[in-house]
Amino acid sequence: MDNEPARSVRVLTPTGMLGAGFPEATVERGLELGADVIAVDGGSTDSGPYYLGASQPKTTRAAVARDLRVLLKAAARAGIPLIVGSCGTSGTDNGVDWVSEIVADIQADEGLSLPVARIYSEQDADRLKEQLTAGRIHPLPPLGDLQPDTLDSCTHIVGMMGHEPIVAAIEAGAQVVLAGRATDTAVAAAYPLMKGMPAGPTWHASKIVECGGQCTSDPRAGGVLATIDTDGFTIEPLDPTAACTPILVAAHMLYETVNPFRMREPDGTLDVSEATYTALDDRTVRVEGSRFHVADQHTVKLEGARVTGYETMSFSAVRDPHILAQIDDWADLLRAVLTQRVEQTLGLGEDKYAFDVRLYGHNAVLEQADPAQGPPREVGVMLLVNAPDQETATAVAKIANPLMLHLPTADMHYLPSLAFATSPAEIERGPAYEFVLNHAVDTTTPTDMFRIEIEETPRHG
Amino acid sequence: MAESGPTTLGDLAFEVRSKNAGPFWVTMELFMRDAESYAIAADESFLNEHTVAELYGVDETEIQMFRIPSLNVVKISFPRPVSQASLRDRDIHSGQHHVPLATLLVPAT
Repeated sequence: MDNEPARSVRVLTPTGMLGAGFPEATVERGLELGADVIAVDGGSTDSGPYYLGASQPKTTRAAVARDLRVLLKAAARAGIPLIVGSCGTSGTDNGVDWVSEIVADIQADEGLSLPVARIYSEQDADRLKEQLTAGRIHPLPPLGDLQPDTLDSCTHIVGMMGHEPIVAAIEAGAQVVLAGRATDTAVAAAYPLMKGMPAGPTWHASKIVECGGQCTSDPRAGGVLATIDTDGFTIEPLDPTAACTPILVAAHMLYETVNPFRMREPDGTLDVSEATYTALDDRTVRVEGSRFHVADQHTVKLEGARVTGYETMSFSAVRDPHILAQIDDWADLLRAVLTQRVEQTLGLGEDKYAFDVRLYGHNAVLEQADPAQGPPREVGVMLLVNAPDQETATAVAKIANPLMLHLPTADMHYLPSLAFATSPAEIERGPAYEFVLNHAVDTTTPTDMFRIEIEETPRHG
Repeated sequence: MAESGPTTLGDLAFEVRSKNAGPFWVTMELFMRDAESYAIAADESFLNEHTVAELYGVDETEIQMFRIPSLNVVKISFPRPVSQASLRDRDIHSGQHHVPLATLLVPAT
């Protein structure tokens, strides 16, 4: 590398999530256009607390390996860094190791020897309790103050790193950075910030590229290339037939954000309220006027999940118009009889377990908020039971079974037989989880909550 | 396309969508077709925190609304009423919560 300060940095984002797939040709095109770094997100909290709570990836290994093989070969050929954030979906230590093993296998297969850094983001509950006592942990809306017990109850806690640990890993010689939980933006922002690009355009560009091609006219066609310079950034799709337009790019600031103008990162706040979006041609957009306000106190946001019980699911269906005409009454009767039967047979009061009856095809998704009227044509009846242990959850579901098969409405003088979808009807779902942390820790340094390990040569090399 | 009958916000929009914004918030956007339809959606006497609270059964004081004329967009965010993926959560990604907003009838002119 030369010592000339960079005048611009080009970030290639092949897809919104590692494992989601992209055409290999789009990465080739990104290299031809002079990509300086490949950045891709490996996870999110989007699909719920299970992936953090159980420390399991959402994506299948083959899909992650397919994408990584293309990206590792591209990074090796171009001599540029590859950065993966939130490895293994939730960014637990186990998730980082899972991706690291896939990378090692590919490096061995392909005869590559790129130095790999693993950045671990899991946090120790006892250490966090000390921070809590010292007044260094603050709630983010809508959650309130953190109780020490809540930290103890989590199966896994991660801290969301900013760009700083990723920069440290590259400066220490890594060409492949496998980060634990990171902000979606930090993955793309790290390299341009390291090369001296200004924070406003860098963080704004990073937010726009975090979902890959979502800010283009054809999100399925592959990712995007953002070119960040001292005054702003330009963005274009990697597929030559797709287009970025000012509206599409500006609208992406709205996606999955509470506030479309301001976004907090560990070291400050991106402010796009004055940003301007201009079409340079029919597929490239120029963005200027993005600002970044550095915070007085660097903070790291925590995510934690805990087990709420064990679930068993059962699924029947109703097509009989007579029952469908009074489906809400039928469901109320099901709830009442089930509660009574569980008390009779298991001796369990309503505070010892919980269940939800969902009428798919009627109001299962929106419940009272559903604007539709009129009887449905058919309804799927899902029973979901949550109990402190799996045996109890399944016992409750089995007690519901004859009701979900034969429960009549109050005015029927015979037992109907409803339509079960599977045999056996009960499906054990194992532990269920919930997110319980939405709190920020005042950090001492931007990197001290994260552990960086660098391998000089691949393990199977 | 129904030519008669009352007009909904969805009729005047390119897209009405909803999504989770992290585990604790729901957010939704009305992408209106033009400045004229934007003016209807952005009219605070029609669509406001109170209307949204009624539609979704949420606390009016916790609703955040953003009116963005440069994009013809009205954006609405509020805390998730039900914890994500808990026993009573029927929409993990909050992806179908836009429907009551999209089917809201606009005032007759």
